[in-house]
Amino acid sequence: MAIAARKSGDVILELSNISLSFGGVKALTDISFDVREHEIRAIIGPNGAGKSSMLNVINGVYRPQQGAIRFHGEVRTDMNTHDAARYGIARTFQNIALFKGMSVLDNIMTGRNLMMKATFIEQAIYFGRARREEMEHRRRVEQIIDFLEIQHIRKTPVGRLPYGLQKRVELARALAAEPKMLLLDEPMAGMNVEEKQDMCRFVLDTNDQFGTTIVLIEHDMGVVMDISDRVVVLDYGKKIGDGTPEEIRANPAVISAYLGTVH
Amino acid sequence: MTGGDPGDTFPRLLLQHAAVRGNRPAVREKDLGIWQTWTWSEEAAEVRAMACGLAAQGFKRGMNLAIIGDNRPRLYWAFAAAQALGGVPVPLYQDAVAQEMVFVLENAEIEFAIVEDQEQVDKLLETVERTPQLQHIYYDDPRGLRNYPHDRLLALDRLLEIGREFDRANPGFYEQSVAAGQPDDIAVMLYTSGTTGKPKGVCQTHASLLAAARGGRDFDKLVPEDEVLSYLPMAWVGDNLFSYAQALAAGFTINCPESGDTVMIDLREIGPTYYFAPPRVFENLLTQVMIRMEDASKLKQALFHYFMGVARRVGADILDRKPGIGAGDRLLYALGNFMVYGPLRNVLGMSRVRVAYTAGAAIGPDLFRFYRSIGINLKQLYGATETCAYVCLQPDGQIKLDTVGLPAPGVEVKIADNGEVLVRSAAMLKGYYKRPDATAESIDPDGYFRTGDAGFFDADGHLKIIDRAKDVGKLAGGAVYAPNYIENKLKFFQYIKEAVVFGNARDMVCAFINIDLGAVGNWAERRGLAYSGYTDLAAKPEVYELIKTCVEQVNVELAADPMVADSQVHRFLILHKELDPDDDELTRTRKVRRGFVEEKYKVLIDALYAGRASQYIETMVKFEDGRTGKVGADVRICDAKYLPAAPARKAA
Repeated sequence: MAIAARKSGDVILELSNISLSFGGVKALTDISFDVREHEIRAIIGPNGAGKSSMLNVINGVYRPQQGAIRFHGEVRTDMNTHDAARYGIARTFQNIALFKGMSVLDNIMTGRNLMMKATFIEQAIYFGRARREEMEHRRRVEQIIDFLEIQHIRKTPVGRLPYGLQKRVELARALAAEPKMLLLDEPMAGMNVEEKQDMCRFVLDTNDQFGTTIVLIEHDMGVVMDISDRVVVLDYGKKIGDGTPEEIRANPAVISAYLGTVH
Repeated sequence: MTGGDPGDTFPRLLLQHAAVRGNRPAVREKDLGIWQTWTWSEEAAEVRAMACGLAAQGFKRGMNLAIIGDNRPRLYWAFAAAQALGGVPVPLYQDAVAQEMVFVLENAEIEFAIVEDQEQVDKLLETVERTPQLQHIYYDDPRGLRNYPHDRLLALDRLLEIGREFDRANPGFYEQSVAAGQPDDIAVMLYTSGTTGKPKGVCQTHASLLAAARGGRDFDKLVPEDEVLSYLPMAWVGDNLFSYAQALAAGFTINCPESGDTVMIDLREIGPTYYFAPPRVFENLLTQVMIRMEDASKLKQALFHYFMGVARRVGADILDRKPGIGAGDRLLYALGNFMVYGPLRNVLGMSRVRVAYTAGAAIGPDLFRFYRSIGINLKQLYGATETCAYVCLQPDGQIKLDTVGLPAPGVEVKIADNGEVLVRSAAMLKGYYKRPDATAESIDPDGYFRTGDAGFFDADGHLKIIDRAKDVGKLAGGAVYAPNYIENKLKFFQYIKEAVVFGNARDMVCAFINIDLGAVGNWAERRGLAYSGYTDLAAKPEVYELIKTCVEQVNVELAADPMVADSQVHRFLILHKELDPDDDELTRTRKVRRGFVEEKYKVLIDALYAGRASQYIETMVKFEDGRTGKVGADVRICDAKYLPAAPARKAA
């Protein structure tokens, strides 16, 4: 693919010395890393390494016992999910979290919720501001539908779609919020080669076209090494590596975590 | 200007439409969920800008312009723009892989190309070393192309701007250029799919295409108010005739779907009045309806089956306005129309269809009858790329299931001694591009084009096509063997997607079968039969039983006709993979490359004739991204029951 080198900007998210535990279980221990603007940052690690916990810390689902999160220069230790969304952090989930009975279009429309200004009453009678707003939101949603090539399922209830497409709809909903930072939790899990390729293309295009910063968790090493700018590696809640894909590939600690060591 | 039809080239026709019906819709496209419309005068202005842009970039009279992509308004305009400059548009199949495109790009000495999107740009750039002359590539959709640092690339939007500037700087250039065009100039070059050998560029002139377009227009009384959905490959002669030539000849509106996957939805929204589809599209539609019907409630199913029975009995005759239908039946049909056929036509997107055509392959009698019986005026036509898809048409009211109709107005058809169909008309090719040898071979000294199809006229003068002339052979026993005829009978079953039979110079007929994954998959689900994919499903003993009943039914039909009774299928197998154009087993128009398949699967054929019960085979497959892999499987071979030939009733 002839994609020119992307330019990563300044650090926009900085995590310092994050520790998170549930009772006696230490999920994350003293983890620090940063995310630069416009980059694709991957978090990898074996099962149970704390990757999803890390994402949950970033978007405010979990509150770490120790450490600081600095987003756009401001320290936010007690960010809740609503704040995260307002600061422009959107995400998708490892287990798809869509409204199964609603159409694709309506599901994506929910991603625009935060940006709707009209009051409940205005929306109910659908007049004036509510109507103008809806048209504008619908236009934006249609652009995303076009972008992700899901026109043919626009009116289909999500529950009837195959898994790969549901994943794409979830990405669409996250994009509808026009996020600055997108957190993707295993966007390619359970997909076949072709679906993975499509998804890679969409992730790269999103990053390229909208300038969205992307933090993703992924198991497929080929995918990670191909599309990410920098990779952080977790194992048993600890950071064991951080750097460009080439550096990670050469990192002995990472190799032993993935392939095991000779005893 | 001659006759009652002024406008003897396409660019002149376009200007005329812009003047006469400037505010009427010429083309629509669904974009961002909304149907966008361009009027004839807007279209004329865009074409003008595109032509001027191309001229400014160095495109000259006599050059060829490659056009690659799905059916997009701007790609249709590219046809007119090239023609306005005296150039020749060369549409390529948009799903062809890069290597396949190279041949045409080289053969037609393409320097300029207008393509749809990143996918097509990637393909053209992939082979750049082999096509150094291709210096100008314009893309319609800029998505993903922002960072392509390539000096050969330019956005189509930018080309249009350049064109408008050029137009302002050179007033009168466009008019002169259009005026210089002659009806006898080549208007389009279409590459034949090439079931044998390399593709050949078929050169059609403005005059020949317009003869076909106007012939068809008058035959079916097409008017400017008609609507078509343009969704078939632009590189195919049918789309060129229906969506471009006839649209300009009759002044009707073409509608471009949002994407390849949304065609069915768009069809319903547009409700075309004039519709064209190859048989497989009609077949898919029917399969979908039947699958959904099986999920419907008992009451609905009962209603459906009852009224479909009524339709089968009288529907087609009512459509043909034949006399002798009782008042009771008419009333029942009217009731059925209200309760079943009307809603069904609506679901199919054919509520407004006045004329529908199918061609390209044989259509199953049941399938054909189904559409006619619910009141859709589906007809068959016969033609080839070399004859602008215009040879025979079925007139309204004279529809037969197994013929392709009467010779169209202005077309002479005769049958050669060897049974080959010969055609002479105004709508004929000027020649094959740079292949005078092939041109001489295909047109006889009297000016008849050899179609390569074997056929005959029936008692009413309707043409009946049986097979490709070169495929018709003899069995070892001396009986006539027409493989296509048998394959078509097999393919008429919804469970069978593709069939390839063998038997020339052999003592019995054997067959390869490709099951239809959708239909058989649904059938399997209903029986609680678990499967993981095509290969797994194809190997199931239950599926073999299912296909066996189909094959044996075909044998019963064949046995009833003494001409072909010896062609009953004795043994068959279900292939472990689907035949695919990416693996060169089918052409881009999805016709089987018989010779290639025969060679590739020689082990299987040997096993069929050696009487083995199964055979292991490993085949290379090409994935969509161009990588290759291997699929291996143990293919089971099954014997089918066949009947003794019926005694010849009467010497024919």
